[in-house]
Amino acid sequence: MNNVLDIVWLIPLLPLIGFLVNGMGRKVLPKSVSGFFGSLVVLAAFLLSCLVFIQVKNGQTHTAHLFDFIRIDSLKIGFEFTIDQLSSLFLLIITGIGFLIHVYSTAYMHDEPAPDFAKYFAYLNLFVFSMLLLVMGGNLVVMFIGWEGVGLCSYLLIGYWFKKNDYTNAAKKAFVMNRIGDLGFLLAIFWLIAKTGHVDYQTIFSQATLDKLSQADITGITLLLFLGATGKSAQIPLYTWLPDAMAGPTPVSALIHAATMVTAGIYMVARSHALFSLAEFTQTIIAITGLATALLAASIAIRQNDIKKVLAYSTVSQLGFMFLALGTGNYVAAVFHVLTHAFFKALMFLGSGSVIHAMGGEQDIRKMGGLHKHMKVTSITFFIGCLAIAGIPGFSGFFSKDEILAGTYAHAPWMFALALFAALMTAFYMFRLYILTFTGTFRGSEEQEQHLHESPSAMTIPLVVLAVLSVVGGYIGIPAALGGNHWLAAFLKPATGEVAHHLDHGTEYALMGISTLLVLASIGFAWFKFKSYQAEDEPTGFAKILVYKWYVDEFYDAAIVKPIRSVSGIFDRLIEKKGIDGFVNGIGRAVNYGGRQLRWLQSGQVGAYILLMVIGMLLLFIIQFYL
Amino acid sequence: MDIKAYIALSLVLFSIGMVGILMRRNAIIIFMCVELMLNAVNLLLVAFSKMHAVGEAAKALPTVASDAQIFVFFIMVVAAAEVSVGLAIIVMLYRNTHSIDVNFLNRLKN
Repeated sequence: MNNVLDIVWLIPLLPLIGFLVNGMGRKVLPKSVSGFFGSLVVLAAFLLSCLVFIQVKNGQTHTAHLFDFIRIDSLKIGFEFTIDQLSSLFLLIITGIGFLIHVYSTAYMHDEPAPDFAKYFAYLNLFVFSMLLLVMGGNLVVMFIGWEGVGLCSYLLIGYWFKKNDYTNAAKKAFVMNRIGDLGFLLAIFWLIAKTGHVDYQTIFSQATLDKLSQADITGITLLLFLGATGKSAQIPLYTWLPDAMAGPTPVSALIHAATMVTAGIYMVARSHALFSLAEFTQTIIAITGLATALLAASIAIRQNDIKKVLAYSTVSQLGFMFLALGTGNYVAAVFHVLTHAFFKALMFLGSGSVIHAMGGEQDIRKMGGLHKHMKVTSITFFIGCLAIAGIPGFSGFFSKDEILAGTYAHAPWMFALALFAALMTAFYMFRLYILTFTGTFRGSEEQEQHLHESPSAMTIPLVVLAVLSVVGGYIGIPAALGGNHWLAAFLKPATGEVAHHLDHGTEYALMGISTLLVLASIGFAWFKFKSYQAEDEPTGFAKILVYKWYVDEFYDAAIVKPIRSVSGIFDRLIEKKGIDGFVNGIGRAVNYGGRQLRWLQSGQVGAYILLMVIGMLLLFIIQFYL
Repeated sequence: MDIKAYIALSLVLFSIGMVGILMRRNAIIIFMCVELMLNAVNLLLVAFSKMHAVGEAAKALPTVASDAQIFVFFIMVVAAAEVSVGLAIIVMLYRNTHSIDVNFLNRLKN
C-alpha cells in the first residue's frame, strides 16, 4: 500500500461490514462483541480517514472509479468516490464523532436486550456507511444513494423503540418529510441529466457544462436541490421532523444532529457551489429561508421544557445559520460551522443523554435542577458546549458564528441584525437550559434524587473529548482580523472557492464586539431570570404560541394532512371499494349467477344429453354446409 | 341399382335408430338402436364402395373397392366388442335397480 487514496473504498466498506455482521449475527452475538465490533469498524474508518486527510492536506485529490453503475446509451454513471478537501473534512467529522457516539452508545444502551443491542449497532453502522457514501460519492447519483440511506437509517433509529406508537409516528414523519425533499433532489438530477447528460461533479461543475445551462435551468436545478436540502437539513418548510426525531435514543439524536444526516444538505450545497454561485435568486431564497429558520427555531427553543427538544430546535436554528452562510456565498463559513457545530452539538446531546440516564429517563427540565453537584463532568462539559454555541470568544462557536455574521453583514446589514437577534436567543435558551438543569435546587422526586449519579466512563470520556474539541475546534479558522490566517479557508479553497466578502478589520472588530457584548447581556438576562426558578403557571399570550411551536404542526395537519386524508377517503370509497373491488367481485358474481342458471341443463336424463348432442351435431352440420 | 336408393334406406335406418335412442327408455332397445345406426353406416359404406369399384377411379387405385369393405368389418368387430361391454353394463344396471329404465340413472343431475 503505497498510497492510502487507492483504498478509500475501504472507508465506507468497514461500517457496512459492521452492519452486516451485527445485523445478521444479532441473535448470537453477545452485547460486548456487537458493541465492540460496531465501534471498532468506525474507529478503523476514522483512522483511514485521518490518513486520507493527511494526503489531501498535502495537495492530493483523488477520484476512484470502482465500476459502471448505470449505463444507458450515452449516459454513463460510474460508482465512483471523490476525495477532495471538502469530502475529506466531512469524513473526519462523520467517522470521528461517529466513533465517539458509538463508544458512548455501548454504555447508554446497556440495558437493552442483546438482539436489540446488536440491531441498534447495526443501524448505527449503516447510518455511518450511508453518510460516508453520501459524502464520498463522486457524482450526484452515488450521493443520492447515501442520501436515501441516511433517510432510511433515521427512520429505523428514530423508530428504534417501535413499540411506542408516538415513536413510530415520529419515524414515519421523518421519513415522509425527507421523501418530499428527496423528490426535489431526484428531479434536479433528472434535469441535469436531461440538459447535460452527466452527473459527475467534475463534468457538471466545469465551465463548459455551466455554459450549456440557461439561467432558468440553473435556477430551477438549484431550487430543486435546495428543496432536497431543506428536507435533510431540517429547514422551513420541512423542519418539523427533526424535533420529533427526539423519539430515538439520545446517541442517535447526537448522530443525526452532529455527524450525519442534517449536515448532508449543507454538504450538498457546498459541493454544488459552482451551480449555486450562478443562481442569484436561489441564493436569496436560501439566505432568507436560513434566516427565517434560525429565528423561528430559536424562538421556539426558548419555551421548550424537554431537554432534547431544546437541543433539537437549537440544531434547526444553527442549521439555519449555516444556510444563511451558504445563501450569502460564504461556503467556507458554512462548512466551518458544520464542523464546530458537530463538536458542541454532539457534546450537548451526549451530555443530555447522560442527564437523562442519571434521571432515569426523565427529560423535563422543570423537574431537574442542581445536577451540577451530582455529575460534575457532564455539567462542566455541557457548560463548555453552551459557551461554544453561544459564541463566547475563545470557544469554537465564536469563530464560525462570527464568520457567518460578518459575511451576512457584508451581504446585507438587515440580515445581520436578524441573525444577531437569533444568536442572542441562542445564548438565552442555551443558558436557560443549563441553569434549569444544573444549577439551583433539585425539583424532581425523592426517588430520582437518590438515583442521581455520574455516568460511566464510556459516556464521560467522549464528553471530555468533545468538550476539548469544542474549545479548540475553532482555532483552525481564526480570521485575519484576529491575526490568524484562517487555515480552514485556505484548505478548502480548491473545493469551495474564495470567500466572497471582504470587510475591513475595523468593521469586523465592531461586529465581534457588538455580538459578544450582546451575547453576554443575553446570558446575564437568562441567569437573572432563571437563577431561582419556580414551577410556573400555564403560559399565556405570545409565550403560549412559542410553547406550541407557532402551531406549525397544527397548521400542516389542517392544511395538508387532513385534506389528503379526506381526499384519500373519497378515493377509498369511490375508486377502491366501488371501482376496483366492484369490478373484481362483479366477475365472481357473474360467474356464480351464470353457473346457477346453466345448472338445469344437467338434468341427469341420458336422453336429454343425447338430444343435446344431436342438436349440437345438427348445428355443426348446418354451419358446415349451409353457412 | 341407383346409389340414391341405398342412401335413402341408410338414412331411414339411421334416423329410426336415432329417434329410438332419443325416445325409448328401455336400455336394451336403446342398445339395439345404436346397432341399427351402426349398420346403417355399414350399409352406406358398402354401397359407396360398390359404386366406386367401376370406372376410372378403380383403375387409378385398385384397392378403392376393398378399403371400405374392410372398414365395415372393423366396425362390426368393434360393435361386437361394444355389445359385450354394453350388455354387461345393462346386467349390472338391472342388478342394482331391478329395472333397465335409463331414466333411473339420474343421480348426477344438478
